[in-house]
Amino acid sequence: MNDSQDRNFKIGNPILEVNNISLSFGGVNAITDTSFNVLEHEVRAIIGPNGAGKSSMLNCINGIYKPQQGSIAFKGNKLSKITPNLIAQMGISRTFQNLALFKRMSAIDNILVGRKLHSKASFFDVAFQLPKARREEKVNLKKCEEIVEFLEIGKIKDTPVGKLPYGLQKRVELGRALATEASLLLLDEPMAGMNVEEKREMCRFILEVNEEYGTTMVLIEHDMGVVMDISDRVVVLDYGKIIGDGPPDEVRTNQKVIDAYLGVSHGE
Amino acid sequence: MATAVSTYSRNDYINFSVLMVLGFLIIPMTVNSDYWFTSILIPWLCLALATIGQQVIMGYTGQLALGAAGFMAAGAFACFNLILRVDGLPFFGALIISGLIAAAIGIVFGLPSLRIRGIYLMVATLASQFFIIWVIDKFGWFKNYDSSGIITAQDIVIFGRPYTSPVDMYLVILVVVTVMTILAINMARGSTGRNWMAVRDMDVAAESMGVSLLKTKLQAFAISSFFCGVAGALFAFTYLKSLEPVAFDIKLSFKILFMCILGGLGTINGAFIGAGFILLFPVLLNYLGNNVFHGAIDATIISALEQVVFGVLMIVFMIYEPLGMARLWENLKQRFFKKKDK
Repeated sequence: MNDSQDRNFKIGNPILEVNNISLSFGGVNAITDTSFNVLEHEVRAIIGPNGAGKSSMLNCINGIYKPQQGSIAFKGNKLSKITPNLIAQMGISRTFQNLALFKRMSAIDNILVGRKLHSKASFFDVAFQLPKARREEKVNLKKCEEIVEFLEIGKIKDTPVGKLPYGLQKRVELGRALATEASLLLLDEPMAGMNVEEKREMCRFILEVNEEYGTTMVLIEHDMGVVMDISDRVVVLDYGKIIGDGPPDEVRTNQKVIDAYLGVSHGE
Repeated sequence: MATAVSTYSRNDYINFSVLMVLGFLIIPMTVNSDYWFTSILIPWLCLALATIGQQVIMGYTGQLALGAAGFMAAGAFACFNLILRVDGLPFFGALIISGLIAAAIGIVFGLPSLRIRGIYLMVATLASQFFIIWVIDKFGWFKNYDSSGIITAQDIVIFGRPYTSPVDMYLVILVVVTVMTILAINMARGSTGRNWMAVRDMDVAAESMGVSLLKTKLQAFAISSFFCGVAGALFAFTYLKSLEPVAFDIKLSFKILFMCILGGLGTINGAFIGAGFILLFPVLLNYLGNNVFHGAIDATIISALEQVVFGVLMIVFMIYEPLGMARLWENLKQRFFKKKDK
């Protein structure tokens, strides 16, 4: 459990509320009548076996999928017309399970795209390099250099990300999400495919961001050790339904969760 | 592709100064054959400008659009009509308005890009090519009810001075192309270009970062068409010296597409390299045919050979160097000036 003492932000009220969400693709129910909330400044993990609907859940919050039923409220406002673009404007950013970087752009450019919502200069300002564009670019570049330094990717910042190893690509993607300065980060398997060392570093980055800036995190993760270490509360999904919700220690001892993960005979 | 950060290095300034001195001083002073101006330099600059337009939409924003020549026609006829019908409109003013008209048409024909992509978008944008030419042919007003089919372009007059000699026209074009290239580079390296490339590389992620696909794509279509429109006006007024819709047919669109791909998708200097190569290559072949083989090879074979070589080159570049000749140039530079840069 994430009980580090130097947290600058105490966990507060619900920032995100998911109410009775149902999502189906054709006849397949990905998520069925699911509700949970995320408190401000907390690290919330979503776990569950493959195909439990974890990524679908993030895609619903992010506006890529439109749930057939239910509602999502962010900072008390019900999100009515959800598109990824509007969600981003409200202050929710994310990373993707299978990496969705801009492959032909350099690492720093990828991170700079994350500054989009803090860029007000029009193409005209940029074309003529008017003071507005120059000033903005300077500020954005400085922010991104800070992120680069924080994530320790200074050496590769000018490399096209398509050529980077997987672990570094994951880091760049986190950097891009951080650059948005969103108040809620959705991290879809930020540590998938990493070795122990890389995982440890990624955990450190996530916790440090959470502690220093109070960014609320929702993360999907398979590595139970990691989940138990860094999350404040865990939601467990199985077949699109919630089978457990609470602090890591409580979830770990939940019989339903153990059954879902270890399997249970359905014979009798 | 270096970092797209809109600060310029010392090298950039040096390159720029060298090119400016070369373009504005050395070439006008040393080249004294009109052939070079009217048949090589002028069309090269015009088509390079149109290729930059194609780069914006295809190389940077990743939208397969085919129809640059249509927008060039729109720009050319807009410029003709503006100069004809608006008294006292300066040439550069007419040029800018022509570009804006082409941009407006570009936005309309860019709308399908919000729904379809890839090869299907190419087919949809092809409509612009045929539609624009058809409209110009159909409604006599655009051609000022000229029945001959070919209209002579007006002389370029700037501040009361006519620019009609090849060198003069070359200089006028050079000024326009220089300014617009700088604008294009600024955009490509700045936040505007980053949004384009984000849409190109991964549109879902771009949207999640707050990049509006609608706005970015239409903006790219507008800017691309603006460049094509201005290029078309210059092309008609200085190279063709006449206005005929036939000159802006699908073949020209393909030519610009090839220039874009051979030069290197997503590069601005590639537009110049690609345009130069495609214009100069037939000249070179002819020269070889006449001077090395002394006419032993039939002219028709040479022109057929040209097509074959282009086709092969396209395939080779698509497979081995999608970043085209601009990348080859970079590699070459790096080999010669090892670690001198940065």
